[in-house]
Order: sequence, then C-alpha cells, then structure tokens
Amino acid sequence: MRAYIIRRLIYAIPTLLGVSIIVFLITRLSPGDPVRIYTFGALNVTEEDIQALREHYGLNKPLYEQYVLWLIQVLQGDFGKSLQYNRPALPLIFDRLPATLQLATTALGIQLLIGVPLGVMAALRRGSWVDYVIRVFGVLGHAIPTFWLGLMAIIIFSVTFRVLPSQGVLTVGHDVWDVPDRLKHLILPSIVLAVAGIANYSRYLRTETLDVIAQDFIRTARAKGLRERTVTYVHALRNALIPVVTALGGVLFALFSGALVIEQVFTWPGVGQFTYAAARSKDYPVIMAGVMVASALLVLSYLLRDIAYAFVDPRIKVK
Amino acid sequence: MATAQTTIATAPPIPIRRASAGLWSNAWYRIRRDRLTVAAALVLFLIVVLSLSAALISQVLGMSFEQQDLLRTYSVPTLDPPGYVLGSDEVGRSQAVRLFYGGQVSLFVGFVAAFIQLTIGVLLGLIAGYFRGKIDDVITWFITTLNSVPAIFLLIIFAALFAPGAITLTIVIGALFWTGITNFVRGQTFALREREFVTAARTIGASSWRIMFKHILPNVLPLIFVLSAIDVGAIILLESALSYLGLGIIPPTPSWGNMLTNAATYYNRAPWLVVSPGVMIFLTVLCLYLIGDGLRDALDPRLRGSEG
Repeated sequence: MRAYIIRRLIYAIPTLLGVSIIVFLITRLSPGDPVRIYTFGALNVTEEDIQALREHYGLNKPLYEQYVLWLIQVLQGDFGKSLQYNRPALPLIFDRLPATLQLATTALGIQLLIGVPLGVMAALRRGSWVDYVIRVFGVLGHAIPTFWLGLMAIIIFSVTFRVLPSQGVLTVGHDVWDVPDRLKHLILPSIVLAVAGIANYSRYLRTETLDVIAQDFIRTARAKGLRERTVTYVHALRNALIPVVTALGGVLFALFSGALVIEQVFTWPGVGQFTYAAARSKDYPVIMAGVMVASALLVLSYLLRDIAYAFVDPRIKVK
Repeated sequence: MATAQTTIATAPPIPIRRASAGLWSNAWYRIRRDRLTVAAALVLFLIVVLSLSAALISQVLGMSFEQQDLLRTYSVPTLDPPGYVLGSDEVGRSQAVRLFYGGQVSLFVGFVAAFIQLTIGVLLGLIAGYFRGKIDDVITWFITTLNSVPAIFLLIIFAALFAPGAITLTIVIGALFWTGITNFVRGQTFALREREFVTAARTIGASSWRIMFKHILPNVLPLIFVLSAIDVGAIILLESALSYLGLGIIPPTPSWGNMLTNAATYYNRAPWLVVSPGVMIFLTVLCLYLIGDGLRDALDPRLRGSEG
C-alpha cells in the first residue's frame, strides 16, 4: 500500500512539470512586453532603463533558461509580486483557498449523497416511472449551462422570493464565525455547482448497477436462496460502488472548472474568481500562481481518488 | 460422377438474396424508430436553420442585430415593433434577432471545434494505441497533464492574454480538449490490434498506416460519432460560459453566452432577457446529448441491455 502511494506521488511530478510548462509558455508568449506594461506612462524612463530592467528580470535570456530560473523560484514558493497589490502572489491565492475548498467539497458531498442513490434506485426499479424521471433528470442536468442555472436560481430565490442571499460568503457586518449565515450563503452556489455531477453520477450508477445485477454471482446468490434485500444491498451494491471512485476523476475535473464560473456568478471570493480577475488585469504572477494552485489541487484530488480506489478494490494492489 | 454432374446442372438457381443489412442501414432503421432521437434531431435542425437564416429573420422583423433604440430599452416582449417579440435589451436592440445571430456563432464554435478535436483525438489515439512504447508514453503524459489543469483556467488565461477572435478561440478549444477522444480511441486500438484481421492484414504486407486507417479506424468510427455529438454539446456549454465571463466571443458580435454577461445587473428589470439565451443553449445541448444517446443505442445494440 505504501509503495503504491509513493509511486502515485512520483507520477504526479511530471504532470505538474507539464502544467508549469504550459502556464509558463502561455504567459510568456502572450503579446505585450511586461516591462513596457509595467513602465507604461512612467516619466523619465529611457530606452536604456527599459533595457536595464529587461536585463534585471532576465527577459533577455533564451526561453528555456527563463523557464528554469522561474521554476527554481516557484519551487521555493516564490511566484513574484502581484502587479496590482504589490504583495507576493502565492499568499494572495492561499487567502482565497478556504472559500474554494468549502464550495467544492460541499458540492462534491451533495453530488455523492444525491447522485449515487438516484442511480441505484433507477437501476433497481428499471422501467418504472421512478427510473424514467431519474433518467430524464440525468439528461437535463447534464445539458443545462451551470452559470445560467445560477442566474436563474438568483432570480427565483434571491430576487423574487428573497429567501437566500445571492452573493458572497457572509452578510456584510456579520461575525466571521456566524455559521448559520455562512451556510445560508453556501446553499445556492453549492447546489448549482453540484447539479451536473448529480446527473452524471445518477446516469453512471444506473448503468453500473444494471451491469452488476446481470452478472453470474448475483444469480448464484439468488439461487442459493438469499433474500432479495441481501442480494441487492450486499452483493450488488458493493460491487457497483467501485466505479463511483473511478468516476471521481471526471467529476473532480468538472468541479474545479465549474467552480470558477460559479464563483463568478455568486461573487464567491475563491481561487477561481481571483485568478479570473487577475487574468482580466493581466497580473501575470497571480495568474500563474492561481493556475498552478488549482492544478496542484486537482492532482492532489486525483491522488486521493487513486488511494481510495486501492482501498475499495483489492485487485489494484496486485498490479 | 455423371449423376453428380447432372444434379449440379439441374439444381435450382440460388435465389438472389438481398445483401444482408450492414451496420449503418441497421442503425438508420433503429434511429428512425426511436421517437425521442428523431424529435431531438428535428429540434436541432430547426435551431440550425433558424440560426443560419438570421439575416432573413432580421429583415422580416425589420431590425438589424446592432440597431439600437435608446428610448425603448428593456422593453417587455411585444409585437410592436415585431423585432421586440422577445423583448429588447439594455440599449434597445432586438433580443430575437440577436438570439439567432448568436446561434450562428455558438453553433459554429461547437461544430468546428469538435471537428478539430476529433481529428487530433482520433489521430493521436490511433498512433498511441497502435505503436505503443515511447510514443504512447509521451501522448499519455500529455493527456495526464492536460487533464490536470482545470479546463476553464487555461482557456481564461489564454483568452485574457491573447484576446483571440472567434476563429482563434475555436481552434484553441479544439486543440485543448481532445484528451477524452484520444483515450477512447487508444483503448479500442489497443484491443483491436491483437485481433486476427489485423494480423491477416499485416501478413499480406499492409503498412502500419494502412492497417490503422483501413482496418482499425472503421471499427472505432461508430462510437466516435456518438462521442462527437456529445462533444459538440459540451463545447457549446464551454463557449457559452467563457463568453458569459466576457472572454469568449467579444461583443457587439452576439453569442448566447455573451448575451448573458450583463444579465446579473438587469435581471430585476428584465428577467426575460436572461431566460431566452439560456433556453437556447439548454435546448441545443440537450438535443445533441439525446442524439448522442440515440446514436449509441442504434450503433451498438449490445449496450442497449444495460442502458435500457
């Protein structure tokens, strides 16, 4: 088990290196000279000063050398200072991390708690109206644009009925530890973010459960006279649940992407919203830190999934 | 000996049988009987036709997509003038006309990006699955890397820093999200290359490329069609989110996404402006997904058992 985890950890290194190369290339190859943007409008800046600045920041070196220098700094946690806030970029991103984690984990919890039982229920009552309704929801929830669902939720619950807040994590002026108020703010964004995943899980679990039910060992269990309930919950369900962990990969990927958009819709002060704002104002250090942190989170989630997978499915350890 | 010959000579001629139905004609037969898929195809067809005839609609309704009327902003849906049949926006433009022009853009991005994605995905998948070894390792590493950056983060920094036009954006979306298709084709190729017909082709001296494209690809193709229908829908969703954030299709060119950009600021004045673009995205993507599901059932009846 430990060897497996260590191997997974090592696999994450080339992946993160790849991400860093992509991020570095996109930011460095984008049009616009950072030195000129930085000094734009400043008086008394001569051409020599600009050259000196370029030299100072290492911008005259070849691209691969710049990358290595940048990477060495990044590995020490130094993404440079935000051009906007004049503070180190990484702590700025870390400040936003709790809000994102809160939103993403809540949404993930909702997805699992609702999506999985829906899928199993549909499979067990195949062909009934329950199955039909769940399948229709599975398709609808998958096709609906999340940000639009968020806007509609705001129109209905915040503007028309005024029952739930439409933005932020906390009512202005409330105590930071006002948990009920925080929960109230969390309801709309987390449910909206969860919808696509619920739909995905219900579709997936339905297929998996049907597959398992059709297998020989289920027939054997029935043939030896076990009660139907034991067959369903002990034999069928436990095997159908293994793919829940497999499916987490796609779900997590969608979750982190969706979080950025949802954070924007609900003015949720998370990593996505901050990175988006930085991208709009071309704050390069913050952009790079934001994307790297988001990717590291995703890689970490994949890692946790793989470990969970090894726990759930004993066959994995053999390989 | 002689009798045998006579029997052969006098044997009744074998009745001319119709060629047995192939995969495609079978699938076509099944799709026609699948009412949900047919309905989805019709609705999608309607949306495509309406979007393509946006210029015509704008003439009939008597308003161009950029024609403003600052005296009649946020008009409720009305037939006076006919251009306001779905209301007017914050500068008095016709929502209906913009909606159909927006459809052109969204559908263009969806279909073209999906085509690019498919081309890259199938090609890399075939190569990785067929040659295996080092090439496969590199392609797999690339896939893992791309799957480890939340898609929208990459698109957003790209869009913010490069400020691409609609066509560049389409190409970038196509070039970034081929990993799912590659994975699928790679897995299939892995399995297919061990089959007898591939060995047979190799025995008679067929080149690797010939085996890949003439023998393996046709076996993978049916399910690629399924994936591509679903892909077009996913891309339309992605583009709309990006445009909503103000980084996709740049106004004044309307797209379903960017028509919603300012929706948050005026939804208590004109909620209908928020409803119509969203419904169009929703309907289009829904139809594409339903067609994808229907195609899969039709092309691979074995899956039907598990999918109901």
